[in-house]
Amino acid sequence: MATLLEFKNVSKQYSKDTKALSDVNFAVNEGEFVSIIGPSGAGKSTLLRCINRMIEASSGEIIFDGANVTEFKIRELKRLRTRIGMIFQHYNLVNRLSVIENVLHGRLGYKSTLAGVLGIYNEEEKRQAYSILRILGLEDHIYKRCDQLSGGQKQRVGIARALVQDPKMLLCDEPIASLDPNASKIIMDHLRNISSSMGITVLINLHQVDVAIKYSDRIIGVNKGTVVYDGPPEEIKANELRSIYGIEAEELLVNQGANHAG
Amino acid sequence: MLDKYFAKKRRDSLIFCAIMISLTLGAIIITEYDVVKGFTSIVKAAEWTSSNFYPDEKAMNRLPDILDSLTETVLVSIAATTVAALFALLFAMLGSSTTGVSGVFSSLSRGVASLFRNIDVAAWSMILLFSFGQNVLTGYFALFFGSFGFLTRAFMEAIDEVSSSSVEALRATGASYFSIIFQSVIPTSVPLLLSWILFMVETNIRHATIVGILTGTGIGFLFSLYYKSLNYSSASLLVIVIVITILLIEYISNYIRRVIL
Ligand SMILES: Nc1ncnc2c1ncn2[C@@H]1O[C@H](COP(=O)(O)OP(=O)(O)OP(=O)(O)O)[C@@H](O)[C@H]1O
Ligand SMILES: [Mg+2]
Repeated sequence: MATLLEFKNVSKQYSKDTKALSDVNFAVNEGEFVSIIGPSGAGKSTLLRCINRMIEASSGEIIFDGANVTEFKIRELKRLRTRIGMIFQHYNLVNRLSVIENVLHGRLGYKSTLAGVLGIYNEEEKRQAYSILRILGLEDHIYKRCDQLSGGQKQRVGIARALVQDPKMLLCDEPIASLDPNASKIIMDHLRNISSSMGITVLINLHQVDVAIKYSDRIIGVNKGTVVYDGPPEEIKANELRSIYGIEAEELLVNQGANHAG
Repeated sequence: MLDKYFAKKRRDSLIFCAIMISLTLGAIIITEYDVVKGFTSIVKAAEWTSSNFYPDEKAMNRLPDILDSLTETVLVSIAATTVAALFALLFAMLGSSTTGVSGVFSSLSRGVASLFRNIDVAAWSMILLFSFGQNVLTGYFALFFGSFGFLTRAFMEAIDEVSSSSVEALRATGASYFSIIFQSVIPTSVPLLLSWILFMVETNIRHATIVGILTGTGIGFLFSLYYKSLNYSSASLLVIVIVITILLIEYISNYIRRVIL
């Protein structure tokens, strides 16, 4: 299987004494579903944002689809961003606009400034947005304003906005951290489904170890800016959790054991 | 440890009270202000007001004049505010941390805004009197500069507060700078911006009276004219008209706010 993304000795230093990433190395294959877990402040969000350069890495190489993105000039960077969809914990929608308008925002990266400013989209784009909304079960809410939706529905709008970009990869920064278990399951099922049926690579930050183990092909554990685990979900045991989360991780495993039994 | 913390807090409050009391007493002694006389004269002032300061029939004849200059004042306030709002929007975009292009622009525009904001409209009126003389333009520019400084600051905060998250999302799709402004920043912040503009129009109509007295224009000029010629009844009519106008404007802007928010 072809490698889509590769981190080579990537570090990120915010200021003299906050080093968010130090010497990170890992690779992600095309179509893989990879979770990143780790305690708060471990550097998960930073790692994700270095890929589409919402945050600039301080050193190292990030190879996406064969090219080193850290060297991209503004034009190449925009093209890179059109091929990578991003999903956020707080959805980051324009709440006063309708669902369909928010979804079509995913096409802005392909447009000239004038068409973008005026919000001009062609038939094909609208049809595509509609069919994605249908897949995500939002066809009844197309003209609703986003501030009238529930959290789970808003996150599905966020996913639709990312999918309409026609991305090769999705970056999800704690997409279910603000949702209840039911809505979380719907979102995770959609993401897993997108990965398997559309062949889109998914890289997702998660706080729930059990969810990560259940859905992922592979798990990357991060602690204090370094990768401390990189392997299949089945091999995550008490020891691994302890090195990812520190000493008080036993409880997490107990929960996870209960989930597996149930 | 905890005891010491609360003891320290108590001591701090005591020291604060002592300083306030000594400042007040000091000020009274230095200015030779007679507290008793100060309060008893309020009664006298009220008596004088009720016997002199009310509109009579003659004053009613001046109503058209008053309404004329009132219209001028209101229009000047609105014009000053709206034009200031346009400039403020530009500066706020450059200065905001969400939409700003570079650190240099940002600190420059913050600096300009805070300079203009910290000079009161009354001070602006007097400064501008030197260059424009007694003229409607003087009043206009005084209100314009004051509003510009205030609105820039308010707009900057409004933009940062409401649109930073959706701006991040659109940047991540590869959208261009102006697409982001028009598709995300403006739709999210427009209600807040309008609300600030309405607030500024209200404030400016209040200020216009003072500015008018200082620059000799509009309703303020008329007031000082009546007052200096001892025409108290006309002056009182004018005050009533101003109060009614301000209440009306406030009512209208509250109504607009309810509709847009
Ligand atoms: N903009 C920033 N400026 C300075 N330091 C930052 C900035 N963003 C993050 N950091 C620091 O970098 C480190 C990693 O932060 P990051 O947000 O990547 O962690 P995280 O793993 O996503 O945490 P969480 O699970 O709480 O979201 C933290 O120590 C944080 O304080
Ligand atoms: Mg994070």
